[in-house]
Amino acid sequence: MKTMNIEQTTDLLIYVCDAIIDSKSYLTEIDSKIGDGDHGVGMSGGMEKAKVALQARRPFPDVNTAFKTMGLMMLNTMGGASGVIFGSLFLSGVKNMDTITELDGEKLTQILRNALEEIKARGGANIGDKTMIDALEPAVEAMESCDNKDLSSLLGTACIAADEGVENTKNYIARFGRAKSLMERAVGYQDAGATSVAIIFHAMVEYVDAL
Amino acid sequence: MKKIINKESDVVEEMLSGYLEAYGRYYERISLQNAFLFKGRRRGKVSLVIGGGSGHEPLFGGFVGEGLADAVACGNIFASPNPQTILETAKAVDEGKGVLFLYGNYAGDNLNFDMAEELCEMYDIKTAHVRVWDDCASAPKERMQDRRGIAGDVYLIKIAGAACDAGLELNEVLRVAEKARDSINTIGLATSPGSIPGVDKPTFELEEDEIEFGMGLHGEPGIERTTMKPANELVDRMYGLIKKEMDLQESDEVALLVNGLGSTTLLELNTVYFELSKHLRKDKLKVHDAEIKSYCTCQEMGGFSITILRLDDELKKYYDTACFSPYYARGEIS
Repeated sequence: MKTMNIEQTTDLLIYVCDAIIDSKSYLTEIDSKIGDGDHGVGMSGGMEKAKVALQARRPFPDVNTAFKTMGLMMLNTMGGASGVIFGSLFLSGVKNMDTITELDGEKLTQILRNALEEIKARGGANIGDKTMIDALEPAVEAMESCDNKDLSSLLGTACIAADEGVENTKNYIARFGRAKSLMERAVGYQDAGATSVAIIFHAMVEYVDAL
Repeated sequence: MKKIINKESDVVEEMLSGYLEAYGRYYERISLQNAFLFKGRRRGKVSLVIGGGSGHEPLFGGFVGEGLADAVACGNIFASPNPQTILETAKAVDEGKGVLFLYGNYAGDNLNFDMAEELCEMYDIKTAHVRVWDDCASAPKERMQDRRGIAGDVYLIKIAGAACDAGLELNEVLRVAEKARDSINTIGLATSPGSIPGVDKPTFELEEDEIEFGMGLHGEPGIERTTMKPANELVDRMYGLIKKEMDLQESDEVALLVNGLGSTTLLELNTVYFELSKHLRKDKLKVHDAEIKSYCTCQEMGGFSITILRLDDELKKYYDTACFSPYYARGEIS
């Protein structure tokens, strides 16, 4: 799988929405352990609205607009930390990029790198803070250092890195969000935001592999 | 969990619509947003915009009114409002004097309000913000800025609203509000969990005979889990913590709020104040005002919090002005 056209990319994004919607209770359960338990409801709610918008407004003139539509819907419907953070994942990644009509591995990597930088600047989190960065950063780095720029290989590598990142969050004390006040009592539990990132990468590779 | 709602995803919308239908003589909805403004607000002054997650009623919406906030931006259940809603809310009430945003110090609120302030800049709206961090159990004093905002919101909205109404400039309103924020501390105790409407599992688990000191409004863990005790022992412990935190001294002038977290009865809350009043007398504190109500809640969460506001002449002046909303009133006729 070398590239995806605009329609395929739109389907990919809808597939991601469905994966998060289906994970609502799983994410709620994870977040309830150390957060306030609203991550599943928030993420699936945002993704439901994003899915509706993607379906209603397709076909898009370019990949950028599809990503923007998804990000803006999340940003403007979810609220909470997740709204800004996960909205930015889709919205800010394409912000300064030229018009994309065919999405290839390198462009997707660039989108995710841009998003990672924006999210870090906004939220101030780094690796080890028990946030979604713990899954996103290694995933992006794995994509960047992967020699095979085929979409399927890139996303496969990213999944492994994201999963490891989620595992790693179990070892961390939280520095952000509501788990912060738990201090060492948060150790042993995975971060819900990082889990969502892993779900998003798994959904992307599933979609790409099925093409 | 039995919950009187329709579809889970419509909860916030329907709750807001009900409130605005009933109290439409005071309020007006802000264009297509989960936000509303007070129709009778004083004009030509700094505007006070508050906001936060829904589900904590009567906070935040119940504190929009005469001498209080001019408008509120409401988020989903326990989640901050989004930047667009906050921006539209600010635009609806800005009088060219600037907008003060007042909200609890939570990661989500900080991110969304920060982003909203950036958007306001594009519309030439002057802004400032105060983050409420009164919960002294949520982080040690050295990490004050990690503390969460809970029932202290009530006092801060009251004082900031009065300062806006008095015609102060934005930087002065900000100064007064920050001073008030730094004079407020709260300590809470949970006896049973709340819930997210539509989610069957409670927000946390506590055994039948267990309580947790300092537990946050969304079930964030507190400082100590222990067995249930008589009211006097609970209040002794909590008063001790807050007294130390605030370094309360004889003849300090204070206002107190015993706030229920949702399902705790007035019988219990009044008992709490009965115990609290013994300490206040013993320590010779000057009680300027006191209140026993459930303002800052988490659905059917059980427990209460004690908030103390230390007053000086300036804060007292703003505290004492009259204010009114359907859920909160102070002043001559209240």
